[in-house]
Amino acid sequence: MAETDIVTYSVNFGPQHPAAHGVLRLVLEMDGEVVERADPHIGLLHRGTEKLIEYRPYLQNIPYFDRLDYVSMMCQEHSFVLAVEKLLGVEVPIRAQYIRVLFCEITRILNHLLNVTTFALDCGAMTPLLWGFEQREKLMEFYEAVSGARMHANYFRFGGVAKDMPAGLDERIAAWCDQFAPFLDDLETLLTDNRIFKQRTVDIGVVSAEQAIAWGFSGPMLRASGVAWDLRKAQPYEVYDRMDFDIPVGRHGDCWDRYLVRMQEMRESLKIIRQCLEQMPEGPVRTPNHKVTPPSRAEMKRSMEALIHHFKLYTEGIHVPAGEVYVATENPKGEFAVYLVADGTNKPYRCKIRSPGFVHLQALELMAKGHQLADIPAIIGSLDIVFGEIDR
Amino acid sequence: MAEIFTGTIWPLLQLVGLTLLIVVPLLVAVAYLTYAERKIIAAMQLRQGPMFVGPYGLLQPLADGLKLFFKETVIPSGANRGVFLIAPMVTFVLALIGWAVIPFGPGLVLADINVGILYLFAVSSLGVYGVIMAGWASNSRYAFLGALRSSAQMVSYEIAIGLIIINVLITAGSLNLSDIVEAQAEHGWYVIWHFPMFVIFIASILAETNRHPFDLPEDEASLVTGYNVEYSSMTFALFFLGEYANMILMSAMASILFLGGWLPPVAVPPFTWIPGPIWFILKISLVLFVYIWARATLPRYRYDQLMRLGWKVFLPLALAWIVITSGVMVTFDLFPD
Repeated sequence: MAETDIVTYSVNFGPQHPAAHGVLRLVLEMDGEVVERADPHIGLLHRGTEKLIEYRPYLQNIPYFDRLDYVSMMCQEHSFVLAVEKLLGVEVPIRAQYIRVLFCEITRILNHLLNVTTFALDCGAMTPLLWGFEQREKLMEFYEAVSGARMHANYFRFGGVAKDMPAGLDERIAAWCDQFAPFLDDLETLLTDNRIFKQRTVDIGVVSAEQAIAWGFSGPMLRASGVAWDLRKAQPYEVYDRMDFDIPVGRHGDCWDRYLVRMQEMRESLKIIRQCLEQMPEGPVRTPNHKVTPPSRAEMKRSMEALIHHFKLYTEGIHVPAGEVYVATENPKGEFAVYLVADGTNKPYRCKIRSPGFVHLQALELMAKGHQLADIPAIIGSLDIVFGEIDR
Repeated sequence: MAEIFTGTIWPLLQLVGLTLLIVVPLLVAVAYLTYAERKIIAAMQLRQGPMFVGPYGLLQPLADGLKLFFKETVIPSGANRGVFLIAPMVTFVLALIGWAVIPFGPGLVLADINVGILYLFAVSSLGVYGVIMAGWASNSRYAFLGALRSSAQMVSYEIAIGLIIINVLITAGSLNLSDIVEAQAEHGWYVIWHFPMFVIFIASILAETNRHPFDLPEDEASLVTGYNVEYSSMTFALFFLGEYANMILMSAMASILFLGGWLPPVAVPPFTWIPGPIWFILKISLVLFVYIWARATLPRYRYDQLMRLGWKVFLPLALAWIVITSGVMVTFDLFPD
C-alpha cells in the first residue's frame, strides 16, 4: 500500500465560544479527536490600557487596574498602589494595611470561586457554578459596602484606602466566614469526591516543576506543579508577615492538582480573613502626608496649607519623583506586577503590566498537545485566564 | 359504499384517533418535562427557575414552543438541503412511533405485538440516523464531530442495553411487553432480581438518549452544542422534542422491564385502588427524575472514557449476568412455560 499523508484538519475554537473564558480564539489542529497543535490567538480584547495609563494622572489610573482582570479587582489595584507608594516613599497606616490584606483575600476567594466553578462547568457540572455565585454575591456586597461598587471598586489609594470600613462590616464578614467553610465542604462533595470529575482532570495538562518555572508560571499554576512559591511568604508585603497561613502545593501539576490547590487556597484565605478581623487595630486609614492624600474638610477651613494641598491634589494630582520601580504581588491568578517609570510629572512615563494569565496561556500548546478535544476546555478552565488582563 | 366505510375508513379513523390519544398527551408531557427539568434543576441550584410566564411559570413551555415556531428556519448554504430537513423529522418520528407498543395498563396498548421489545429496541436504535444525518448534512465540523461521537456512543450502549434486555426476556419468557409486566406480577419486580442490571440499564439509557453525564454529542464546552448546532426554529424544536420524547420512552421501557409497568408496588387495597396507568406514569416520572438529578449533579464523561465504560464495564457485566441468570434458571428449572 502506498504511503499516504494523513492530513490534520483544523478547528476554530472561539473567539465566541462558551468554554473559552472570554474572547480566546484557538486554532486547533486535530487528528480525529486528538489535538496535534493548539495555537492561541489573542488581542481581541485589546484596549490599550498601558498606553492610556500614560495619559492619566496617577490617581485616575487606579480604575484601569480594576478592569484588567475583572474578577480580581482589588488585588491589581494593590500592585499599582504599592508601586506608586514605593516611588513616593509614603508609609501606609497599619489599619489600612489590614484592610488591604482583608480585601485582597476576599478578592482571592472571589476569583477562585469563579474559577473552580467555571472549571467544573467546562467539565459539564452545572450546579457548582450557581452555588458559587451565591457566595460571590455575598462577597460583592462587602465590596459594595466599602467602595460603593460591586466589581470595579477603585478602593485602594496611594497611602491607604479611600474610606474606612463602615461600622458593623467586620461582624458581617465574620458571620460570612462561619458559613463559608461548610459551603466549601458541600462544594467538595460535588467535585472532589466525584469520580467523573477526577477522570476528567487527573493527568490532564501535566506541567512539571521545571517546565512551570521555564514557562514563567506563578501563583496556583506554579504551586500545583510542586513549587512552593508564594510572594506573600517569599517577599511579604503589607501585613502578610504577621499572618499565619500555609501554601498549598500540588505534586503532579495536572488540572486536578490545580483545582485542589485553589480549593485549599480558599480555606487559607479564610484563615487570613479571620486573622485580619481579629488583629485589625483602630486608627487612620490614610497617610497624613497631604502631598499624597487630601486633607480633611475641617482642616481645610482652618489651615491655608491644607487648602493649598487640596487645590494642588485636585487640579494637578500627585507628582511622583522620577525613578523606576517593579512591584509584584501575589494575585489570585499568579504574580501580577507593575513596572512603572516615573519622570517627576503627575503622569506615569511608562507602565508595563505583567499579567499572569498571559504567561499561562502561552503554555497551552505544551499542555494540550496529545490530549482530546474535550480536554481543551478542562485545561483552559484550569489555567484561570481572563482576557481583560491578557489583552490589556 | 357502506362496506368501504366499515371495512376500511372506520378502522383507519379509529387508528388515527387512538394514535392522537397517545401522541397529544405525549407532546404535552414533553413540554412539561422541560418545565419540570428547569424547576427541579433550579431547586437544586438554589434558583427559582421559570416564574414569569403564567402562574409559577407554568406557561413557559408553551411560550418557548411558540417562540421557536415563529423563528426563521435558517439553512446553511453549504448544507445538503434535503437531508438537512429530513434529519429532525426522522428523530422526531422515531421518538414517537416507539409508543405504539407501550402498554399503559392491562390491555391498554395500541399494538399488542408479540415482538414488542424487539420493535422498541429497533426503533430506539434507528434514532442514531437522525443524528448522523443532521451532523453530516450541516456541513460543519462541530456538527460532524458531534454526530460521529453520537453514533459511536449509541452503538456501544445499545449492545449493553440489548444484553440487559435478554436477562429480562429469559426470566419473563416473552417478548411481549404486556406479558413481561404480567410476569412481574408473578415473580416480583425484576428490579429486585436483576438489580445490577437495572443500575446499568439506567446508566445506559442516559447514554442512549445523549443525556448527562453522557451528553457528548451536545458537549456545550467543546462542541458548542454538537450535531444540532446549525439548526434553528422548528427544525431545532423537532430535535428537542424528539430528545425529550425519547427520554420518556426510555423511562417507560425501564418501568416496564424492571419496575413492573402498571402494577402497584404491593397488591393490597390502598395500592390497588389507584388505577394501573397512574402507577405507570408515577414510575416513569421517577426514572425521569433520575435523569434530571444526574444532570444537575454530575460532570460529563470524556469520549474515550465513555467508550471504555460501555465496552469494558457494562458489556462484560451484562454478559456475566446472562450466564448467572440462565445458570440459575437451568439449575432450579425455573423456566416459564
